[in-house]
Amino acid sequence: MSTTDTDSTSEQNDSTAPPRELLRTAGLKKYFALNDGLLDRVFGETAHVKAVDGVNLTVRAGETVGVVGESGCGKSTLGRTLTRLYDPTDGSVIFDGEHIETYSGRDLKALRRRVQYVFQDPMSALNPRKTVGESVGKPLEVHDIASGTERTDRVANLFEEMGLMRSQLDAYPHELSGGQLQRVGLARALITEPDLVVFDEPVSALDVTLQAQILNLINRLQGEYDLSYVFISHNLNVVRHVCDRIAVMYAGEVVERGTTEQLFENPQHPYTRALLRSVPSVRERHEREREELPGSPPSATNPPSGCRFHPRCPEFIDGRCVSEAPETRSVAGDQGHEVACHWAELSVEKREAHTPPDGAARETIEREGASGEK
Amino acid sequence: MAEYDGAERTLGVRTERLRQFRETIRGDYRATFGLTIVVAFVLAAVFAPELAPYDPMAQDFAIMQAPGLNAHPFGTDSFGRDLLSRLMYGARISLGVSLGAVAIGGAVGVTLGLVAGYFGGWVDDTLMRFVDVLWAFPWLLVAILLVAVFGQSVWNVVAAIAFAYIDDFARITRGEVLSIREEEFVMAARNVGLDDTAIMFDEVLPNALAPIIVQFTVLVARAMLAESTLSFLGIGVKPTTPTWGALLGQGRGLITQAWWISIIPGVAIIITVLGINLFGDALRDALDVRERGGSP
Repeated sequence: MSTTDTDSTSEQNDSTAPPRELLRTAGLKKYFALNDGLLDRVFGETAHVKAVDGVNLTVRAGETVGVVGESGCGKSTLGRTLTRLYDPTDGSVIFDGEHIETYSGRDLKALRRRVQYVFQDPMSALNPRKTVGESVGKPLEVHDIASGTERTDRVANLFEEMGLMRSQLDAYPHELSGGQLQRVGLARALITEPDLVVFDEPVSALDVTLQAQILNLINRLQGEYDLSYVFISHNLNVVRHVCDRIAVMYAGEVVERGTTEQLFENPQHPYTRALLRSVPSVRERHEREREELPGSPPSATNPPSGCRFHPRCPEFIDGRCVSEAPETRSVAGDQGHEVACHWAELSVEKREAHTPPDGAARETIEREGASGEK
Repeated sequence: MAEYDGAERTLGVRTERLRQFRETIRGDYRATFGLTIVVAFVLAAVFAPELAPYDPMAQDFAIMQAPGLNAHPFGTDSFGRDLLSRLMYGARISLGVSLGAVAIGGAVGVTLGLVAGYFGGWVDDTLMRFVDVLWAFPWLLVAILLVAVFGQSVWNVVAAIAFAYIDDFARITRGEVLSIREEEFVMAARNVGLDDTAIMFDEVLPNALAPIIVQFTVLVARAMLAESTLSFLGIGVKPTTPTWGALLGQGRGLITQAWWISIIPGVAIIITVLGINLFGDALRDALDVRERGGSP
């Protein structure tokens, strides 16, 4: 207890300095090989699914960073790669000052104690043949933290803290409800008192009243256990509720990042804007129609040229969108807000005067852009 | 189920699991029946010298091929030897060889399949090509080779039969493991910090047991007949040693004159297999927590 006291006072002393960086990824890539047959291996030319393609993400101590995007944009893969459940294809992951992308064996095991991943579907993430108490107590055994009655006590106490009953220690996963199982999932992640927890859609499998309960629990635990979160979700309402900063992912890349306020009040990327427009809202139901984003997420094996969003972009600018991948740049006058879009260079007047080309004109641009690139 | 009794219970302690397991097994008539048969036969085999009414080798030419009499309840064979006594002594070889061979073959095969399926890639390719070679090898030739090199003994019979069943177990286990390793709880175990060995044996294998148990019960029956095949070819145990397979083989030619010589050992094999199968079924269900009744 005394250590936490000194920690908190030291933090108060230099409150002007930003909190320390807990996790940073640089150019993180995760490709999955397709066509794993013998002939493909012999004759080379393996196709890859570029699930995560060069992501930079920073998590500071005590904050919650949201990762949002459509299904298949690579956000779960990102979460699993930065927790080392997947081995990165390229790039680095720096956790607490150490390069963890090359960790293995004992180092990796020690890391597991400090970095935890909470699965989307708690039912499938629990061994059906083990009681939930056993599953939650397992990390204590693996990391040699507690045994015997001490282990039982710690698990039981955490169960109670999660809103579960002591008697449910001996239940099997199929005997519990979805909400209870997610509490078990949280308990298993927190039993080793980690520093960083990655949540992969922790509430999307739950009904709305349970979602609120679990989100409040997640929020409360962050303060109590001094945790940093990465919160992966497709649900913008949920993300807005829990996150300090947000990264928007599209086709394996981060297209925009900023604080929750920046992103919701001043979205810069056409994709972010489209996502926000598609959010169902109770308050504004009569004022505005929900707009759907046309098309479906692009192929991750062979992503579109230039800006990966250009085939679906409702604000399509010109040939550059097709031929030139936009760099990530800071949004002027908005500190910490970054966007990867050619818009960012244009003046506000120019933007407002712009009408996206459509139909044949757009097709011509796309064709020329694609051939110009080659 | 008894009321929750607080502190006395600890997390999934083995004794608690075992107790639950025993309760389930006891409540299952298949298990009771199957286990009774198997235990009875095993006891008869173990205590054959004490229980058998005659010396299994003693010939009595006065009563050759006699049907069941008071003195010889199962009759006698063509040399006037008591069939009941031969059956009891035969159980020692038949049960020992079949259970032992399947257990050894199973242990090797399951391990191979588990490792191959779990790691995949070149490990899988290498191990399964090795298993293919085992499969392509005629096990009778292996048996002949073993006998030629090491001489005739029960151990060679066990080894030859075990060898023949490795590939069955390896393939079945690998198939199960291939699907189980994709389950999220396996990744969750990695997330917790378990290493590959612990994940394989602690998380994956228990979920792959059902078809392995079924395979075990099926192969025990086949192993008894395999042993008789070897005896028939003269590369099994010594010809005069009674085994169920050998008894069956000797009586086969006499089935029209003295049916009991072949039918009675056959029935013994059937009953044993039935018992093992019933027990295996009950075991499989008892190991599946979802099949268990009652609330937590």
